[in-house]
Amino acid sequence: MNTSTTATTTRSEWPLWEIFVRPKAGLDHKHCGSLHAPDAKMAVQMAREVYTRRQEGSSVWVVRSSDIVASDPGDKDMLFDPAEDKVYRHPTFYELPEAVNHM
Amino acid sequence: MYTQAMDLGPKEERKAVRSAEEAELERRFDETIDAGGFIEAKDWMPDHYRKTLVRQISQHAHSEIVGMLPEGNWVTRAPTLKRKAILLAKIQDEGGHGLYLYAAAETLGVSRDQLLDALHSGKAKYSSIFNYPTLNWADIGVIGWLVDGAAIMNQVPLTRCSYAPYARAMVRICREESFHQRQGFDALNVMMREGSAAQKAMVQDAVNRWWWPSLMMFGPPDGESVHGAQSARWGIKRISNDDLRQKFIDATADQAKVLGVSLPDPLLKWNAERGHYDFGPIDWDEFWRVVGGNGPCNRERLAARVQAWDDGAWVRDAALAHARKQATKEEAA
Repeated sequence: MNTSTTATTTRSEWPLWEIFVRPKAGLDHKHCGSLHAPDAKMAVQMAREVYTRRQEGSSVWVVRSSDIVASDPGDKDMLFDPAEDKVYRHPTFYELPEAVNHM
Repeated sequence: MYTQAMDLGPKEERKAVRSAEEAELERRFDETIDAGGFIEAKDWMPDHYRKTLVRQISQHAHSEIVGMLPEGNWVTRAPTLKRKAILLAKIQDEGGHGLYLYAAAETLGVSRDQLLDALHSGKAKYSSIFNYPTLNWADIGVIGWLVDGAAIMNQVPLTRCSYAPYARAMVRICREESFHQRQGFDALNVMMREGSAAQKAMVQDAVNRWWWPSLMMFGPPDGESVHGAQSARWGIKRISNDDLRQKFIDATADQAKVLGVSLPDPLLKWNAERGHYDFGPIDWDEFWRVVGGNGPCNRERLAARVQAWDDGAWVRDAALAHARKQATKEEAA
């Protein structure tokens, strides 16, 4: 994902889009890369050509890269570390009697 | 496909670390690398790491794009509809690989226009293998078998590169590259099994011309590689040029026997003691001559690429103008 190439800084360059592909019905759309395209319609068409040449998907989402708000890597510890000491949120924390341990 | 001359470029001096804060960031960066971890686009990284990656990834992207040219020569002359469809699919893949790689390079803070300018002005390098001509149909098969085969050897270790966007692009590329190598061997195999004497001679001629340049794709010997040690330290390059070259020779020497062609190296011989093939000296003067811009097709390739870009300018402009017009209409509505 690129934050430095926005429509305002490079007028002559097609804007950047992030591409999400759903491999098949029943699965989530997953980020698979980015590409430059002049508008949303072309972005969908080009995503098909660039990222699904071998039946990798049954649906694509395209999102302008500049519209994505991401967490700051500098905040990683603050945002995600506190969960580390909450092991009781995982089912494996609980040791049950053998007879019922597969519940 | 197509890495090779990737660690070629001016040697840059590393800046002394400036502040205590930066030293701490560098310490954490080194720790991540040493633990075999990945660096993501927005993570802190040393300037020199960023520069090295921009150079390597963009050279790699340029190689994919320029690599379409020698093959494009043969689209209209492919012997059957089947071979034409295969060749078109392969060329489309090369274009796609170039796009994945440009996108990965752009995450490091360079724009697509800057990258393309560097290629078109001759400032950036691409794999010198594409500065050799494709003289007959067997060349297309040999490019798949040897050139793509060498590229795969080079690229598989890059799927574990420490820079995550590059590694992810390489995973996609390697998955698709295997088709390129196999279709090449298949095309040659058909010529060797079912072809006339002239067609078999054509295969041998193509192998003779592409063998040495393919070996050069792994880059200069380890002792002379400008960036090798630092790139290894950073997890950008995981296996040395010479080790990859040996691996490639060992694999292809056996494949050549199956195909029924000889490789143009009188010193090529299995060494049971080493467990590898020995091989003759590589003409590094030729390698540097081609890298330096004086190969058989350097000027032609770059000129074709620049012309394609210039000829397509009106399409890019029209698409952008259309998008702006639609956006204005939507705002007004």
